[in-house]
Amino acid sequence: MDLGFEVVSLDPADPPAEGEVAPDFTRPLVNDEFWEDVSLSELTDEGPVLLVFHPMAGSFPATYIWQELCERDLGDLLTVVGLTASDPYAQKRLIEARDMPYRLFADPANGVAREWGIEHDLDGMTGISEPRIATFLLDGERVVRDAWVAEEWPEFPPYDDVEAAVRDLVD
Amino acid sequence: MSEPDITLYRLHACPFCERVVRALDAHGLEYRSRFVEPLHGDRDVVKRISGKRTVPAIVDENTGVTMSESANIVDYVERTYGGEGA
Repeated sequence: MDLGFEVVSLDPADPPAEGEVAPDFTRPLVNDEFWEDVSLSELTDEGPVLLVFHPMAGSFPATYIWQELCERDLGDLLTVVGLTASDPYAQKRLIEARDMPYRLFADPANGVAREWGIEHDLDGMTGISEPRIATFLLDGERVVRDAWVAEEWPEFPPYDDVEAAVRDLVD
Repeated sequence: MSEPDITLYRLHACPFCERVVRALDAHGLEYRSRFVEPLHGDRDVVKRISGKRTVPAIVDENTGVTMSESANIVDYVERTYGGEGA
């Protein structure tokens, strides 16, 4: 983004690197009708997964990111899931508002982002952290095949690159 | 995770649902929890499986039974899994 001033730079993150097996986790996975505990490995057992860490439901970046990813219609190529530090009710609202074809993990305590080295403490919201905006493309073995993590706040995923990596992996 | 035979459709903080959970736990039964919305109108998934929008509702693939109403479900769990080693 060129805003004519310096955007806030984030400290270096420590995410799982390309080629590494990503840490597994279990959290409620929300669809348009209900939520239930699902582990990341259950999803990757069925094929490649694009895991998108996004800001809390209701924030404008969450809206923009999902608008873009919905338009790209990646659901036919692989499993696309989101994750943020929102409760399942809020995640469900986000799905309904966008009529989203993707499911979203709810992790209000933000433990997954912490374990993945991409936690983001929110200035002025004491006690609340959320994930940094980040995308991880995982293969069926949960190996990271492509990773992107925001270095500025906010910074949006390089959608064309993400989509190209998806198509490279599944084609 | 292996897929449990029993799926419990439940509502966060619903005492009738917790009653069913107690019965399932008492018999050491594995179950999967699916949480639905407080608003009845938003519970099409429950209506599709049980014909009604009320929770709790369970689907037991072990017996092919789908059932609503906590008292009925507790009775069913006792009857089906109540005996030692049943």
